[in-house]
Amino acid sequence: MSERLTRFFASRWGIILTGVIIGILASLLQKLGNPPNMGICVACFERDIAGALGLHRAAVVQYIRPEIIGFVLGAMMAAYAFREFRARAGSAPIVRFILGMLAMIGALAFLGCPWRALLRLAGGDLNAIIGLAGLAVGITIGVQFLKSGYNLGHSHKTYPAVGWIMPVVMVGLLLLAIFQPKVGENGAIFFSESGPGAMHAALAVSLGAGLAIGFLAQRTRFCTMGSIRDVVLMRDYHLISGVGGLLVAAFVTNLALGQVNLGLFGQPVAHSSHLWNFLGMTLAGLAFALAGGCPGRQLFLSGEGDGDAAVFVLGMLTGAALAHNFALTGKPDNVAEGLGGGLTPSGMLAVILGLIVCLVIGFTMRERIQPETTEAQPTPTGATFGK
Amino acid sequence: MTKKVDARGLSCPQPIILAGKAIEAGDFPIEVLVETVTSRENVRRMAEAKKCRVQVEAIGDEFKLVITR
Repeated sequence: MSERLTRFFASRWGIILTGVIIGILASLLQKLGNPPNMGICVACFERDIAGALGLHRAAVVQYIRPEIIGFVLGAMMAAYAFREFRARAGSAPIVRFILGMLAMIGALAFLGCPWRALLRLAGGDLNAIIGLAGLAVGITIGVQFLKSGYNLGHSHKTYPAVGWIMPVVMVGLLLLAIFQPKVGENGAIFFSESGPGAMHAALAVSLGAGLAIGFLAQRTRFCTMGSIRDVVLMRDYHLISGVGGLLVAAFVTNLALGQVNLGLFGQPVAHSSHLWNFLGMTLAGLAFALAGGCPGRQLFLSGEGDGDAAVFVLGMLTGAALAHNFALTGKPDNVAEGLGGGLTPSGMLAVILGLIVCLVIGFTMRERIQPETTEAQPTPTGATFGK
Repeated sequence: MTKKVDARGLSCPQPIILAGKAIEAGDFPIEVLVETVTSRENVRRMAEAKKCRVQVEAIGDEFKLVITR
């Protein structure tokens, strides 16, 4: 039975069903209180968590988002239910941390992760097309590195406790979200009183949606970055059919709920500075491709015991803090004054530097692929183990 | 001789890239060792898309895929 379910989840219909459910839930969460033109954004929500912990002090984006907690715990439940929880770590963690930071800086220049880019498009925000184009370009660059031997090396099996750290951190965050302790007058935790951080569905609803999505996505390996990577790398349309399901389901749900607002300028929590929307997502896409997964996928992996994915997530939290502390994030369009938003000079510099760092990582972490005809010997990467 | 590919501990999409190269080289049968169910399903799907037959064997908590044509 378990094996049959596993085969179903690995099938085309399994991934489409997951995409459809994510799309519907994201649009419903928006209706139930989550920020408009957002629904679920993994990058924005991790940024909100960083703010709630006081890692940055942007007062309008601080909230412990239960969806993120649900993603990790739901994935953990699925991994245990199907005996897939495997504690592993040790594959270039510091590089993964830096890639997480840079991915977040790129995503916050655009104001959204790949999930939100799709959801923005499903709500009529045409800036998302530019962001998605940038994402595809970044991933395509990453694929060239993969083709020429780029990899982060082996992870190793490790103590179950290592795999448990991220789920336990999430339980800790859940307790903070429920009890909302305040340590001193100016101390954490911080919850926004206005702005996107103040907009949220009820905690139990958000957590439930997060758990469901985490469970399904762990089973089906849902990954937005991977969907584009697989098409570019090997013309495999499996994952992208799930992403298509998300887009269509979110659009239909938005239509039904009256949440479609077609246009470019003045979209909620978004800016129409096309160059930086494009380059921000190029940076994010490249960083995700080099790290092997979109931010959602990194959360699901961290729930099934992958300590390296957990390091990437911590890198994203740090990147969010730095992005706000150094004013690197995209500024939304100011509709009242008719002013377009965009990036500060420091934000532009950060995106360019981030792209350079990613390229250096891509070029310097390539391994010469052994010709298939040579006598295979055990290698440090174990790419071949005998013939 | 059996071609062997050890993709244990390598993260996505390395197992598929390595197994794909072995399939293209055409030295069947190919044994691929992977560690996670994700890699097992990904390699299986890729190989089947390339019109290969795939047999899966669980070895402890790892998997051996034997790919033939």
